[in-house]
Amino acid sequence: MAATQEEILEGLAEIVNEIAGIPTEDVLLDKSFTDDLDVDSLSMVEVVVAAEERFDVKIPDDDVKNLKTVGDAVDYILKHQG
Amino acid sequence: MTAKIRSSKGAPYARILGVGGYRPTRVVPNEEILKHIDSSDEWIRSRSGISTRHWAGPDETVAQMSVEAGGKAIADAGLTPEQIGAVIVSTVSHFKQTPAVATEIAHLLGTKKPAAFDISAGCAGFGYGLALAKGMVTDGTAEHVLIIGVERLSDLTDLEDRATAFLFGDGAGAVVVGPSKEPAIGPVVWGSEGDKSDTISQTLPWDVYRERSSEEVRFPALRQEGQAVFRWAVYEMAKVAQQALDEAGITADELDAFIPHQANLRIIDSMIKTLKLPEHVTVARDVETTGNTSAASIPLAMERLLATGQAKSGDTALVIGFGAGLVYAATVVTLP
Repeated sequence: MAATQEEILEGLAEIVNEIAGIPTEDVLLDKSFTDDLDVDSLSMVEVVVAAEERFDVKIPDDDVKNLKTVGDAVDYILKHQG
Repeated sequence: MTAKIRSSKGAPYARILGVGGYRPTRVVPNEEILKHIDSSDEWIRSRSGISTRHWAGPDETVAQMSVEAGGKAIADAGLTPEQIGAVIVSTVSHFKQTPAVATEIAHLLGTKKPAAFDISAGCAGFGYGLALAKGMVTDGTAEHVLIIGVERLSDLTDLEDRATAFLFGDGAGAVVVGPSKEPAIGPVVWGSEGDKSDTISQTLPWDVYRERSSEEVRFPALRQEGQAVFRWAVYEMAKVAQQALDEAGITADELDAFIPHQANLRIIDSMIKTLKLPEHVTVARDVETTGNTSAASIPLAMERLLATGQAKSGDTALVIGFGAGLVYAATVVTLP
């Protein structure tokens, strides 16, 4: 069954916590990965690959650069999940 | 009629007999890179792990650096130059295409008319050369093969590109492959993905200068799509590395050392995580003080691990090269 927006946010928060060490409660929809969460361009790739596995979704390299905020990523996954 | 043709008779197996390296004398710290780009030492180190790299001076040519590294590898193997039957040079930064620089290097080393040729396989060049050399030794076409990875990537660096200006270094690394009674070089897992050829490439072909002057067009440089390269290197290359272990019949627990192409410390650290390498495996992190030297990086890192005692002769090491093409080559070897 497809994940809800809330479940995706929760899952992303766990992934960002594991990769960048940011507390899960700080991972909110309006936060910018690079400016607020210390997720640089390379860590972002790790976040994306972990999210692909967790939510059964493909996020091509060309789309990764458009995912500026946590909300962008949640929306993308919501729309494209298998 | 079909006449009976005699074939050559090679050694049962091949091994790396010796290794040698040459690092240019000039050490370039991040501070010097920062003269041309808006960045910081902290940013460069956090994105790449690199604090210094070596850049070649006018006399440290591709041929000269190769002769230094090659000579050391031959001596380390306990051989003399006359015993080298083939010289394979992998480089993307020798700017005279013809003749192959391998022939000049073979001559300067004092060898006796060996087969000598260049190959172009980017950062996988060392692995490609190793696979060829192993085949030549076991086929009997050459008893001892000298493989050299050599680059002057500072010549192909855009000093004003903040994504790559800090990345590249110069140097030469070499090994000699020769006969062995036991298997000491595993099956190579190699390949290419030409559909991703734009991911890492030279900005312009040389013939652009036929139409336009060097005032109009900037000298070519290397450029890459950082995120795409990172994803491919970490996740796809981890699968290739695992396949090389499987084909050699080696488990990660049996490994002593991991010597990946020294592209970027972040790639290396993520690969270790993805591969789930055990703690006891020594990991080459030569990139920190050498930068990315493409085809030269694996033999240079191998030489440093052995010279510093972090690895020793007889240890089992996984080597993997990957880069522009895209191309890759991985294998398990016994260290010389």
